[in-house]
Parts: sequence; structure tokens; C-alpha cells
Amino acid sequence: METAANKPRWALRALVGAGAVALIFAAGLGVQAGFVEYVQRIILLAGINVILAVGLNLINGTTGQFSIGHAGFMAVGAYAAAFTGVHLAPHVAAALGAGGVADAVTFNLALLVGALLAGATGVLVGLPSLRLKGDYLAIVTLGFGEIIRILLNNAQFLGAATGYSGDSAAGLPTYTSFFWVYFWVLVVVGLVRNVTFSQTGRSLIAIREDEIAAEAMATPTTRLKVLAFTLSAATAGIAGGLFAHMQSGIRPEDFKFDKSIDMIVMIIVGGLGSISGAAIGGIFVAVTLELMRDLQQYRLVLYALLLIVIMLVRPEGLLGSRELGLAFFRRAQKKPGAT
Amino acid sequence: MTLLALDRVDKVFGGLRALRAVSFEVAPKSIFGLIGPNGAGKTTLFNVITGVYRPDGGHVRFDGSELGGLAPARIAELGVARTFQNIRLFRAMTVEENVMVAGHKLQRSGVLSAIFRTTSHANDESALTKRARELLAVLGLNEHAEDVAGSLPYGSQRRLEIARALMLGPKLLLLDEPAAGMNSAEARELERQIRFLRDELGVTIVLVEHNMSVVMSVCERIHVVDHGETIAEGTPAEIKVHPRVLAAYLGQETTADPPGEDAP
Amino acid sequence: MSEFFQQIINGLSLGSIYALIALGYTMVYGILKLINFAHGEVFMMGAYSGYFLASGLGVERYTASGGSFPLGLAFVVLVGAMLASALLGVTIEALAYRPVRSAPRLTPLITAIGASLFLQNAAMLLFTPNPRPYPPILREVRFTVGGVIVTNIKLAIFVVAIALMVGLHQFVQRTWTGRAMRALSMNMDAARLMGIDVNATIRATFAIGSALAAAGGILFGLDQITINPLMGVLTGLKAFVAAVLGGIGNIPGAVVGGLLIGLAEQLTAGYVSPDYRDAITFLILVVILVLKPEGLLGVVRQEKV
Repeated sequence: METAANKPRWALRALVGAGAVALIFAAGLGVQAGFVEYVQRIILLAGINVILAVGLNLINGTTGQFSIGHAGFMAVGAYAAAFTGVHLAPHVAAALGAGGVADAVTFNLALLVGALLAGATGVLVGLPSLRLKGDYLAIVTLGFGEIIRILLNNAQFLGAATGYSGDSAAGLPTYTSFFWVYFWVLVVVGLVRNVTFSQTGRSLIAIREDEIAAEAMATPTTRLKVLAFTLSAATAGIAGGLFAHMQSGIRPEDFKFDKSIDMIVMIIVGGLGSISGAAIGGIFVAVTLELMRDLQQYRLVLYALLLIVIMLVRPEGLLGSRELGLAFFRRAQKKPGAT
Repeated sequence: MTLLALDRVDKVFGGLRALRAVSFEVAPKSIFGLIGPNGAGKTTLFNVITGVYRPDGGHVRFDGSELGGLAPARIAELGVARTFQNIRLFRAMTVEENVMVAGHKLQRSGVLSAIFRTTSHANDESALTKRARELLAVLGLNEHAEDVAGSLPYGSQRRLEIARALMLGPKLLLLDEPAAGMNSAEARELERQIRFLRDELGVTIVLVEHNMSVVMSVCERIHVVDHGETIAEGTPAEIKVHPRVLAAYLGQETTADPPGEDAP
Repeated sequence: MSEFFQQIINGLSLGSIYALIALGYTMVYGILKLINFAHGEVFMMGAYSGYFLASGLGVERYTASGGSFPLGLAFVVLVGAMLASALLGVTIEALAYRPVRSAPRLTPLITAIGASLFLQNAAMLLFTPNPRPYPPILREVRFTVGGVIVTNIKLAIFVVAIALMVGLHQFVQRTWTGRAMRALSMNMDAARLMGIDVNATIRATFAIGSALAAAGGILFGLDQITINPLMGVLTGLKAFVAAVLGGIGNIPGAVVGGLLIGLAEQLTAGYVSPDYRDAITFLILVVILVLKPEGLLGVVRQEKV
């Protein structure tokens, strides 16, 4: 439909996209040169957290369906990506020759498989659960998160409790780099933003604001809730895949309820319903995680108090459901073709 | 020719019989009133018609389809729109966005188009915005289009609910106490708007209302319920003097004579 | 066959402890429609209170010389821990729940999670994360009945649990506060209009539920031999599932649910695999919420539009 009019539009987008990618690449070089290992790790974790937070915010914040077991989806993505990567790598290397290109292809294919599987798990969990309201939904998602972890704990072919580190003694290949993390941050944030600022997004917010009224206005609430849930599960899967390839191995321990709590803190601090808020929350958690690495108990006490105090004093978090530079987003939404 | 027909509808909640064999027919393009004292079951009737509650007995027929047992979203798709007694707006969204949410009929593209920001997505957004603004104009809410819905004065919120319901392009519009909290001038304006909706947009209207001057002024037929049962149906003139209706509202048997010794 | 009865006995005793904890969840949810996430930690704190009280009363001295801890002192430990937990429960309510009682449902859910997290980690800092052996407030005596091993501790669990549950039932049915609790769970506004002191009744609910959980904590410690700061997490969750299974807000339901979950867990551990003993509870949770969310003894509630 109107392909002639589409060409300049898509050409412009390709250009902007290429520019963004180049920028990320340059930034990556800068970070590698300018910061110590320790800080680099924080920056990578921050990016992964942004993906987690922005994705979780879609279902918890925008749609108002509170899920507290998301670590399970991250686990599915991590394991699926790791397993796929290990088994795919030799085939890709055979086809494209060993080296950076083959690695990039393997990695991204693995990430996509992780996202797909995590998303599928999201559908499985979401379909029965999303009929439930509020507290019940929260508990069921918690239960599912634990079930996933217990299953992984007992899955021998994935290393069970000792964890999965691929086939070689060196562990999982460390594909994760600044470039790939922030490339996927761009993709996920763009995806979530485009969904949020559309009729779909409006419908999701309507479900949050008043589900009964939304239904009365012909909104397909169940379908949309499952959609939002699945998307947020898939993005958690991407984050999981990125996380897995930052270290030599992954264990079910890495995806305990604690991880789900981290994700909740991210979106509460930033403000439920705000994409930029979620990003800020993600960065906050990454920074505190690394800075308080040796003081785990204190970090969790801090998070606990933060959750309570924020709810008592400023429940809308940092940004509420506003965005940084909201005016920019709104204008872009109103004028079609302005992108 | 009937657009909406209720045929001996029952609704029971635990031990309470909220509706007992209620039947009435609404002709297309008419304005039909549903009145009765508080707790009579009027909103329950709306909830049964729109699928929020499932009827425990009887049938609800609309435009050739049986509505009983259908989901509310499906019933809305078929052309039945409503407003709520306790306003249910999407408070955090703007006035315009509230109306746009109901625009599913105007939408051709889906979430994938939204993700990739295709032309069809942009076209849909235009169409939604345009139609929303038209409806806001009809209800006199243009200047508030970008305001947050929760910040609107009460009367404007009620009108916004109507605009939102109209966005569905419905054949039947159920208004639940639209005149609540309005003064005379606003009520007169509402009457004008209701007639406009029927005359210009061809919408059939069923009105639950306590403001008798509005009811008597716009309704062509009125159905009266009390304690979940039908007690009368007729034209405004007939209902005004109907002894059972007067008894239900005033709580004692009265005749059609002007108030005498028994007047409160 | 005797193995089967062994599992049944073990399952019922475990289930009795779950029931004691589940009662607290169900009573609070019945009134406030709130999942008291921190309840598992109250259970844990009850166990630790018992630990420190027993140590303070010199349990080592008695048992070192081969004797046993006097029953009277054991009783003091139980009551003391129940009082301490009651106080803790009331404090949590005042700090984390009451200020947000009128907020949208999500807010108290988050403060509940926060309270739970806080107590877990505070306990880890105060008591160290290492498991501690539980003081032998009751010295274990085993006897075998028809091939089934029964200990006096298991008997104590049954006796204490039944006594407390009967006591609760009498309280809820016969006393003013008990009736107020029931009224509040049916219609808070009407109860308030009838002159019931809502805040005091809610406080009492938390106090009683917490006391029961503390009793459960001590019994758990005696049965499972060790305690650790995170013991409330999994056990609390399972007890919550028990409350949901029986019908959240329904007191007999909590008891039925507790016993069923205890049995299911023990039978799964015995006949399927010990690795899946925790998973079965979550599976039951999913199944009951999908098939009959109001629980076995619960009643469907229609939402008013």
C-alpha cells in the first residue's frame, strides 16, 4: 500500500538507524578504552537492567497487571540462549568461517531463540493467570517463577544445580559487549515505546485504569494482557541471554526470587508506567548491585526500606507515569509521518 | 421492528432476586426511559444487557443476536455502548485519548504496524484523532481535548463518557444517569444533545435517569421498575399519573389528584 | 503399608504447622484483602524468639546433665514467643500497612514485599545466615506403633495445633472481638457504622495470627531440628498456598488447606522425589487458581459494577 510514499520514509529511518548503531559502536570503543573493568561491568549490567525494567514496566506499569516472578523468564532466555549458542556455533563457523562475524550471528540468533522461548513461556504462564486480579496474579506469577527455577534445578542436561557452562572447559563464550547490550537496549526501548504510544498502548493503559470500562469499549482485554505479558517475558529473555554471555556459566541460583525483587525495585524507583523511569531504575539497581557487592545483606535491606518508604512517601516513584521529554514523544505520536 | 428486546430477564445474587421477569422492547431510533426508585435494578439491567452480568433467566435480544452469555467486549462490538452510573473514565489519559480508546472499529492495523510505525498505522492514528475530535465537538469538549480526564469538572466527565461511548459507532446507547449532578441549564443542554444524537447520528437511546424533567422531556416511552419488577410502561403522560409509579416514588398510595391532606 | 502411614503422620504434622501459619494469612486477607507477605517472617521470628527464650531460661543446663527441660518452662517459652510475635505483627501493621490502607491495591502489596524482605535480611544480619540447631525444649522420645515411628514432638504438634485452632474458633464465634473480625471481613463500612473499632480489631487480627505463626515456628524448629533466617520464605509461601487452597478468608479452609498441602508435600517427597516436594505446592497453587480461585471451601463473590 502506497509503496512509493514509503520509500523516502524507510530510507530516512534506515539512515537514522545506521547513525544510532554507529554511535553505539563508537561509545563502546570509548567505554572500553576509558573505564576500568569494574566500571565497564556496571555499565553492561545497567544496560541489561534497562532492558529488564522497560520490559517489566510494560506489563506491571502500563497495563497494571502485577507480575512478580519475572526472573523465571529471564532464566528461560538465559538457558535457551546459552544452549542454542553452544550448539549453533560450530555450524555457523562452518558456514561463515570462524571469527567476529560468525560470533555475532551465533550470538544474535541465540538471543532471538532465548526471546522466543521466554515469550512462549510467557504465553503459557499468562493465559491461565491473567484472568486473576491483583494479589492473586502476583502470587501465581511468583509460583510460576519458582516452578521454572525448580525445573531448571533438576534438569540434568542443563547442569541442574551446578549450572550450565557449555561444552568447553572455558565456559560460555563471552559474546556480550557494550555494543550488543546497548544495541538491544535501543531495540527493546524502541519496541516498547512504539507499542506504548499507539492504540495498543492506549488500550493497555485503559485496562490498567479501568478494566471493566475498557471491556465496555470493546477492548479485547485478555488478548492484550497476554500480549503485554508475552512481550515483557520475551524482553526478559533477551536480558537473560545477554546476562548469560557475560559470565562463564549460569546457575538456577542466579534467577531466584531475589532477581524478581531487583526488577520490582527498578520499576518502583523509576515510577510505574514510565519508560524513562524504568531505565533510571535499572541503572540505579546496577550501580547499587556492584557498589554493594560485598554487602549483599545491606543492599537488600536498602531495597526493602526503599520499597516501603517510596510507597509511603512518593508512591509514584521518580517520574510517576510521565516520561523525560514527554512533549517530544507526544508530538511524535500526533503527527503521522513525522518520524 | 425492535432493536432491543428483553424477554423475562431474571438476575439473582446469592439470596437476592435483583431482577424478576423484566420484559420490554425498544424501537429503533427511539428514546426509551428506564426509571424507578433507588435500588430498583436499573443499573443491574444495564449490566445484564452489556454482558457484565449473565442473565439467570430469560433472553436479551439485540438486532437479531442473542446477547445473553456474550462477553462485554463482544456486545460492544455488536453495537451496544454505555456510560456508567459512577463515572468510569481512564483518569490518567487525556480527554482525547479516552475517546480514541473506543475506536477499534476505525482501526485497520495491528500491533506489528505500531511497532514498525507503518503508514497504515499513521493513517489509523489520524482517523482516530479526527473522529475523536468530531465527537468531542458534538459534546462541547473540544477545548479540553489535551486535558487529563481526571482533572475535568464532574459534568464534563459525564459528557466525556458519552463521547467515548459514541466512538464505538453504536446502534444502541445506554446512558446511566447522565444528568446526575447537573443544574437546570446543563440538564436542558443534555436534553438537546440526546435529541441530537438520535436525530443526527441515528442512535437509539435507553436512558436511566432520576431527573424527572429530563425523562419526561426527551423520552418517548418509559418503563418503570421497582424491586426488580416491572410496575408500569407507557408514554410520559401515562406514567406521570400512574398510581403504582407514584406509590413507588412517594411511598404511599396516591391518586392522580393534586396533593391534598396526605401531602408531605 | 507402614511406610504409607508414616508419610501420612509426617504429612499431617507438617500440615498442622502450615495450618497454624495459614490461619494468619487467611484472617488478614479476609478483612484487608491484603496478602501479608511478611507473615512468613513473623513465623521465622517466632521460632527465633523461642530459641533465645529457651536459651535464656537455661535449656542447655537442663539437657546437658541428661535431664529434660521442665514442661512449665517450655510453656513459658511458647507463650513468650507468641507474645513477641504478636507485638511484631502489630508493629508491621502499624508501619507498613495502616498508612497505605486507602491506597490502590498495588501499594500495600509492595510495602508487604518490602516488609518481608526487610525482616529476612535484618534477621540474617542479626542472627547470621547459618542454620542453628533448635534447643530441645522437648526432648525427643520415639515410639513405634505398628511399624510407624511417632515422636512426642509430632504428638505435641498435633496437641498444640488442635488446642490453638479450637481456641481460635471459640474466640471468633464467642467473643466481641471475634465477632467484630467476622463483621469486618463481610463489610468493613457497615461494621464501622455499627460502632466497631476498625483499627483495634485489625490490630487484634494481626496479633492473633502472628501468635499462631510463632507457635508454628517453635513446633517447626523442634520437628525440623534447625532454623535459619530464610525459613519463613518457602514455608510462608506454602502456608499461603494452603490458605488459598482452603478458600482465602475462610478459617476452617485454612486448616483443611494446611493439612492437604502437608500431605501432598510429604507424599510427593516419599513417592515421587524429594526434589519436587516444593514444586508440588506451586503446582497446586496454579491448579486451584485456574480451576476454582475461591478455594475448596470458599464462595464466589460477584463484583459490583
